[in-house]
Amino acid sequence: MDPRLITAIIVVVGVPTVLIGYIVLTEQVLRLFPERLKPKIRPWLWLAPALAFLIVWLVYPTIGTAIRSFQNSTGTKFIGFDNFVWFFTNPATIGALKNNVIWLVVMTILCVGLGLLIAVLVDRVRYESVAKAFIFVPLAISMVAAGVIWKFMYDYQTAGTTQIGTLNASLGGLGIGPIPWLQVSDFSVNTILLIVVMTWMWTGFCMVIISAALKGISVELLEAARVDGANEWQVFRGIILPLLLPTLAVVSTTIIITALKAFDIVYVMTSGNFDTEVMANRMIKEMFTNGNFGRASAIAMVLLLAIIPVMALNIRRFRAQEAIR
Amino acid sequence: MTAPAAIASTDGVATGSAKRPSRFGRLPLHVAVVGLVVIWLIPTIGLLINSFRPPQEVTQSGWWTAIFAPAQLTLDNYVHVLNQSNIGQGFVNSLFISIPATIIPVMVAAFAAYAFSWMEFPGRNVLFVIVVGLLVIPLQTTLIPILQLYGPKGLNIAGSFLAVWLAHTAYGLPFAVFLLRNFMGALPKEVFESAALDGASPVTSFLRLALPMSVPAIAALSIFQFLFVWNDLLVALIYIGAASPQNQPLTIVVAGLVNSLGGGWQYLAAAAFLTMAVPLAVFFGLQRYFVRGIVGGSVKG
Repeated sequence: MDPRLITAIIVVVGVPTVLIGYIVLTEQVLRLFPERLKPKIRPWLWLAPALAFLIVWLVYPTIGTAIRSFQNSTGTKFIGFDNFVWFFTNPATIGALKNNVIWLVVMTILCVGLGLLIAVLVDRVRYESVAKAFIFVPLAISMVAAGVIWKFMYDYQTAGTTQIGTLNASLGGLGIGPIPWLQVSDFSVNTILLIVVMTWMWTGFCMVIISAALKGISVELLEAARVDGANEWQVFRGIILPLLLPTLAVVSTTIIITALKAFDIVYVMTSGNFDTEVMANRMIKEMFTNGNFGRASAIAMVLLLAIIPVMALNIRRFRAQEAIR
Repeated sequence: MTAPAAIASTDGVATGSAKRPSRFGRLPLHVAVVGLVVIWLIPTIGLLINSFRPPQEVTQSGWWTAIFAPAQLTLDNYVHVLNQSNIGQGFVNSLFISIPATIIPVMVAAFAAYAFSWMEFPGRNVLFVIVVGLLVIPLQTTLIPILQLYGPKGLNIAGSFLAVWLAHTAYGLPFAVFLLRNFMGALPKEVFESAALDGASPVTSFLRLALPMSVPAIAALSIFQFLFVWNDLLVALIYIGAASPQNQPLTIVVAGLVNSLGGGWQYLAAAAFLTMAVPLAVFFGLQRYFVRGIVGGSVKG
């Protein structure tokens, strides 16, 4: 039989059967135990698959990576903090670190700023839901597809030939360029252009959440301010913005984590060349191109340590929300 | 949670919160909103049009020229791309990867969520907090040890679909357990109590009550997880990668095309739209659940 067909059958029939079969089997297993013990054992049978996955695929490898970050390239010898010293002294990795900081700052400002602007603007028009859908839709597609879309935007042909890239053609109409956008590393122009792609994808996310918070602000409060003679800008600065601050903080943490983990866009659009390297892409290069698992692990640990405080804030928000319920 | 509130607003029409000045005074507002939407759409429209243009046209002139000469548009690029075995195969592979990598974590998380919600055991809350706390781990931290675990000295499944299913399951679990436990825990207690009094086993309660009543949460979670896997490049790159080209999902194939293609922009455009077809269909078909899933799920790493 065609192996693809077998895979298809496993995918559609086999996987669900195994899962349902497992949970049905737990009761059969419990029959072996005395009635008194059943409620004590049952929860662990229900939790076992989840815990097994988490331990084998998250906890164990994280510990493994932590250990490897103190070992040499092949994992045969402990070398102390050498990998971390390398990370913080090597020009290439420092460049990656610097770019991640640019990603974090610029992407957060652009996404949250534009998200706020669009949320406030569309709140005042009737076709709000349509406008929001169009801004939101890029979040649904893969970063690979987004990378292809924006490669066309930034496309560059040598001067004198027809520019088919949207940006160079538009600027050419004004007599500027053509400019090989993704190769311009002065003032980190190309890194910022990559950030623009992610901003295009993630602004919709910020907009949707900010918009929801905006709907929660009492209309009476705003009307009262307007009746008292406040203009729209004063209403925004004095009432809307302060009330939105907690929401803005929340979306910022999500964007910060996304920026720290930026990988796909860089991998697809520049492969980290022309000074656009970021930590996650550098790690993959250390792994596959250089085969240095020690250094790759050290980069992963830096990433983990950078993400933990931000994510901890996020999880505290989860807990707080749960307490409200 | 923020998510349901977000849904309500995306479906609703603008409430008249702003004082409405005259029609003329609102013109700048409409210009700004429509302008932003157009800016957001231009990149996609440009690529979409190019994907329907003949090769010689794409390299000779910008996509906008086609607006004035729509007659030249053709499906040839899509036919060509689909006939390239690795792209058609990549599409099928993406499905083979995404479907189980959605079903497994959602079901496994549902088991755990049910135990966390409706079974008593010591350490229940602490364990739940630990599971959710695993959200802090970026998947980059797990790549090397798991790659070695998958190697010939370990499970020897590197390059297989199974390798990616299992990894995606674990990566998706902390968020999935969190979401489903919150939803299932909020279901009415009396339903489960009376079912137990009637002699229903936990399995029956789970399959007949908890699962059907949790459909909104499960739908949102499934859509989020499916799109996360469908759109994923990194996980597939590491665990399938170059080792078994016949198993590569569409994202790897298209990413490879970007770097290898000299003059085949129009094919790249068509291939990119093939990868986008599924997410866009999901988006326009299930927008309500979709937004909930994305908004709730984006905290996941």
